[in-house]
Amino acid sequence: MDDRSLKAWWRSGVPWIWLNAAAVAASLAMVVGLLGLIAYNGLGHFWPHAVWEFSYRAADGSGVQHLIGEISDSELTSVERMRHAGAQLPENIGEDLERYLLKTGNRDVSGLDFRWILGPLIQERHRPRDLVVFERTEWGNFYGFLKNLKQDGKVVSEGKAAWTELQARLHYVDEVRAQIKDIEKGRIGEINYRIEQLRLDKRRLELEGSDTPQRLAQIEDQRAALQARFRELQKELDAKYREISNDSVTMIAMGDQEVDVPVSNIVRAYRPNDMGALQKAGFYLSKLWEFVSADPREANTEGGIFPAIFGTVIMVMLMSVIVTPFGVVAAVYLREYAKQGPLTRLIRIAVNNLAGVPSIVYGVFGLGFFVYFLGGNIDQLFYPEALPAPTFGTPGLMWASLTLALLTLPVVIVATEEGLSRIPSSIREGSLALGATKAETLWRTVLPMASPAMMTGLILAVARAAGEVAPLMLVGVVKLAPSLPLDGNPPFVHLDRKFMHLGFHIYDVGFQSPNVEAARPLVYATALLLVVVILVLNLAAISIRNHLRERYRELEQ
Amino acid sequence: MSTDMKQTHGIDPDVIPRSLESSNLSDEDHCIRVRNLNLYYGETQALKNISMDIARRRVTAFIGPSGCGKSTLLRCFNRMNDLVGSVRIDGSIELDGEEINAKSVQVAQLRQRVGMVFQKPNPFPKSIYENVAYGLRLQGVKSRRTLDDIIEKALRGAALWDEVKDRLHDNALGMSGGQQQRLVIARAIAVEQEVLLLNEPASALDPISTLKIEELIDELKDKYTIIIVTHNMQQAARVSDYTAFMYLGKLIEYGATNKIFTNPGEKMTEDYVTGRYG
Repeated sequence: MDDRSLKAWWRSGVPWIWLNAAAVAASLAMVVGLLGLIAYNGLGHFWPHAVWEFSYRAADGSGVQHLIGEISDSELTSVERMRHAGAQLPENIGEDLERYLLKTGNRDVSGLDFRWILGPLIQERHRPRDLVVFERTEWGNFYGFLKNLKQDGKVVSEGKAAWTELQARLHYVDEVRAQIKDIEKGRIGEINYRIEQLRLDKRRLELEGSDTPQRLAQIEDQRAALQARFRELQKELDAKYREISNDSVTMIAMGDQEVDVPVSNIVRAYRPNDMGALQKAGFYLSKLWEFVSADPREANTEGGIFPAIFGTVIMVMLMSVIVTPFGVVAAVYLREYAKQGPLTRLIRIAVNNLAGVPSIVYGVFGLGFFVYFLGGNIDQLFYPEALPAPTFGTPGLMWASLTLALLTLPVVIVATEEGLSRIPSSIREGSLALGATKAETLWRTVLPMASPAMMTGLILAVARAAGEVAPLMLVGVVKLAPSLPLDGNPPFVHLDRKFMHLGFHIYDVGFQSPNVEAARPLVYATALLLVVVILVLNLAAISIRNHLRERYRELEQ
Repeated sequence: MSTDMKQTHGIDPDVIPRSLESSNLSDEDHCIRVRNLNLYYGETQALKNISMDIARRRVTAFIGPSGCGKSTLLRCFNRMNDLVGSVRIDGSIELDGEEINAKSVQVAQLRQRVGMVFQKPNPFPKSIYENVAYGLRLQGVKSRRTLDDIIEKALRGAALWDEVKDRLHDNALGMSGGQQQRLVIARAIAVEQEVLLLNEPASALDPISTLKIEELIDELKDKYTIIIVTHNMQQAARVSDYTAFMYLGKLIEYGATNKIFTNPGEKMTEDYVTGRYG
């Protein structure tokens, strides 16, 4: 390429096109890489991994150990370093060695559920088909061989038969457990709620000074009835608990230890080494379903995250319901009615700057103004019977939604104003010329035509709000909410309740968890789910917007 | 603009003087009376001491070079100038003997009587039916049957019915420019406005559509008082009964169209209509 053609090439703009294309490609690669990493780490967790049995020469030279576990990570490390740390390694194994992170489970037996093992010290390893994995309601996973199944301490079956029998009993336990949950959360929950209401009713009567003996007696009667019902349910519950607490299995765990595991503690029992691909896929799907539909267990490190999904979605929806009318009304006033001048310019600048205020600041504002001031006063005025326990004077769903509405208000205002300013004046004049007042013109023509712009604002607002965590920690999100903000007890929507949120759940599981190693894959899975939830919310809003756009297509210029 | 002038240079006498029952403005029943009207945009005076009477159920054309104030004058009649913040008006405009700039007058009610059609067709992004129903709904008409009747009548009145009767519920933006403009006229007819202000209604249309609009104007003048602003001299000559020539905010000459085009009283008018200047 000679000098002139190089110059021509430069002048033709081709290098710029390449540069731009490269920038686009890089961004794309980053997005895909990010999602890929999250998806790989998160979704892989639910696959039933092989469980190994090792004969392992202990690194401190204390003899040969019997280990059982899943390999959850591996890395190359230098022999030198390991020797320094006191490992007794054979000679002539080169510079580097592979070491594995073994998930051995059985936290109740051995205290730890993860340990590193060094590759060269593994004497033998294999995957016995009859190795059993339990997921338990507490203490994490259990790995071991099934020895026998006991009822009331007596052995009822052994070996192969025990496995079949266990399956049947687990099935039964599952059913009973569902019934227990129904009684505890549903019926007893309802009774508790009503007893609490009665207590508040009584307190209210006392405060009003209208606590006549009849009324008090009435309340007392109702309470007695509820308590009788409660005792009945409690009895039923006890019976059910007894029903499933008789059975236990004897397991041979790592180190040939015999351990009794109550069947009622087992959530799931499976033999990963004995499963075919199809079985594994089925298992995978059931785990995935559990993840999105069940409540969390064991300090959020096991089970599902349904309350967090629910909390996130309902909070975003409430926020949308609050922020849209507010933002639109403000924008209409600013654009259509306010006299344009220095003051409106100042307001616009202020609104734009509000969008740049760090979200935690909004959280502090929400806590100080909404929760303490507004909530405190609402409690004084409307819920004096509950005091000193706060009703609205404490972080909750409503305050979180309001705080986020405030946070996203500028976006909606700016987008709506933009939309309003794009409506051609000829359309307004056409409406006015037919005898419409300004307000009628707004309602019948301008606002419908600006609705796609409002939706754009809302889409941006949703995208921002769904991902916010910092302010929520101050105004309503908790690690574990005992009940959803929506349930069967009137008034059905409980805006005063605290709720769980996917973003906070990620932080909590990843960094506040008692068992970080075990919870790490859940961090990725939760992150993936958060992305999916935001995507779904956005797609819903976008499809509404496209529908509106089609309907109010602006004049072709 | 100058091309306009060239086309109209030397007007064919055959096209102009249409026989009028009464070509004398003072004999007419006056719908609008304008007296000593001055209008300022901020410091600039856009209309200077205008006085004129507009004849009822006649077509009056405003002609003049760009920026002469003819559109501004037109927009005074339905107080469209109110939308401009810095405008100031003195003098009087009476519609059927009532001062339209009086404080007691509600602009929306005035505009229900005085309609306006703009240079560029501006149908709402709604169905054809809803476009025509717009003004009626504003007046609170709800009965489906009444709406249907009035809308058919209005569309027939605007010579559009046959073209759109099968697609009344299609989006009005799918129509051609000429159809859109007639739809806008139908919108005005539907609310039975007495005065129609047409601001260069055909300037954005092709010749055939223009012809249709002109025919429509001819039909409508039996019922409506029509004021049309146009740049097209031939059009003014063809459709109007009276013509006002304006220049730099002043009303230079106003009279029967045939007189203005064949025997203008002012040199300036003659220069303009013959295209010698503009």
